[in-house]
Amino acid sequence: MERKRGNQTVFFNNKPKIIGHYSIVGPKEGKGNLRNYFSEIEEKDDFFGQETYEKAERVMIERALDGAIKSANAKYSDVHLFMAGDLLNQIISSSYAARSFDIPYVGVFGACSTMVESLALSACLVDGGHFDTIACATSSHFSTAERQFRFPLELGNQRPPTSQWTVTGSGADIVSIKGNGPIITCATFGKVTDYGIGDVNNMGAAMAPAAMNTLIAHFKDTNTTPKDYDLILSGDLGKLGSEILIDLMEEQGYKLGLNYKDCGQIIYKRNQNVLMGGSGCACSATVFNSIIMKKLLTGELKKVLFMATGALLSTTSSQQGDTVPGIAHAVVIEGVKK
Amino acid sequence: MQEQERNKRYNAYVEAKIAKTHAWPSLFNSFWVGGLICTFGQLCNDLILLWFPSVSTQSAWAYTLIILIFLASFLTGLGVFDKIGAFAGAGTIVPITGFSNSITSPAVEFKNEGIIFGMCAKMFIIAGPVIVSGTVASMIVGLIYLFV
Repeated sequence: MERKRGNQTVFFNNKPKIIGHYSIVGPKEGKGNLRNYFSEIEEKDDFFGQETYEKAERVMIERALDGAIKSANAKYSDVHLFMAGDLLNQIISSSYAARSFDIPYVGVFGACSTMVESLALSACLVDGGHFDTIACATSSHFSTAERQFRFPLELGNQRPPTSQWTVTGSGADIVSIKGNGPIITCATFGKVTDYGIGDVNNMGAAMAPAAMNTLIAHFKDTNTTPKDYDLILSGDLGKLGSEILIDLMEEQGYKLGLNYKDCGQIIYKRNQNVLMGGSGCACSATVFNSIIMKKLLTGELKKVLFMATGALLSTTSSQQGDTVPGIAHAVVIEGVKK
Repeated sequence: MQEQERNKRYNAYVEAKIAKTHAWPSLFNSFWVGGLICTFGQLCNDLILLWFPSVSTQSAWAYTLIILIFLASFLTGLGVFDKIGAFAGAGTIVPITGFSNSITSPAVEFKNEGIIFGMCAKMFIIAGPVIVSGTVASMIVGLIYLFV
């Protein structure tokens, strides 16, 4: 089979598999809808035993990687590359977490699309035969994201109705050519798309056009339609963003039906006061590495189109009045055939 | 050009899509909480004048402000004020309690970046613009007062 079709989609013929996965979340996520699916829940302490939230985020990545390697029945020495990214300036959570591992490290940044970005890149490197086994991880923390992008935690302000709640957590996957697990069959890399949304509190609207572009490119390149998937999963568009995506896709002649879901809308319960839903790198990472992986492993889901979106802004760009560019990457993961 | 047209259309579509927030419930909460804070301030003021007859009216105002500033700071430190603020909105921001909270909350937040460059420097990231505009406004008023 060919390795690339169209401008954006690559195919993996050597069957890179997800042989291990792990998700760790904070107290609020632990009270949400997926309580019974996460690998680990920190019930009380969102500092994870550390002095600062930034250090807490690193600990989450370390624990997620450790858990993913264990779930793959592997050792640290079996992992040949560690690929990770997060939301903080200079991706410090990932790089500082990597400091404690004796594994070559590649830092990636795709904002909240990092989980899919690193899965897609890992699959390329594994499929190409350059590495046997790659670990990929990402994280976000409500309190570190608030501090960097918004206001101090204790400030008595009201959140705008279109805003979302950053998920505290981390997810990790082990992608390997050996072993058993769901297979990554192809990946579509997205283009940076900006439809001129300037409101940093409306990420869903800023990212939805990027999601639409990637989905259309994917369906065209792979000659598929939304009906060919058991589940089309977007990362953190939230309630408003996914409604916009459905509208935009319909305009282009694609109907997203009941098989379309958004991680940001799954993770929290309605009464948890999260407005449009969850966001952050960990939103897609923890939802995928809990309920979705479980269903892929049991065979309940056979073919999943997993697409995560990211808003590629910084505090400097938004303060200088720039609009919010979005990106979306997608991978197709096929479950274990039963 | 085409892109600008597309972006304009998209922004208008998003604007229409956003469910309009109902202002009335939040206005109601703002007013009753804000009113309560002001009533409490007045109560402090009257009690000071009643219990300490030697205190002048001017000083009683100052003491009242100190009490309100202290309470807002204290509640910020306890992690309670942000919850009241999220409920009452402008009701807690407009009285001096909001100003106090806007200085205490970054101080708490950035404490772990050091006393000088963390806490002291970042204490004013929210209140700074208020202080600057207050100072500029008083300069302008002063100039008018001087010449008129």
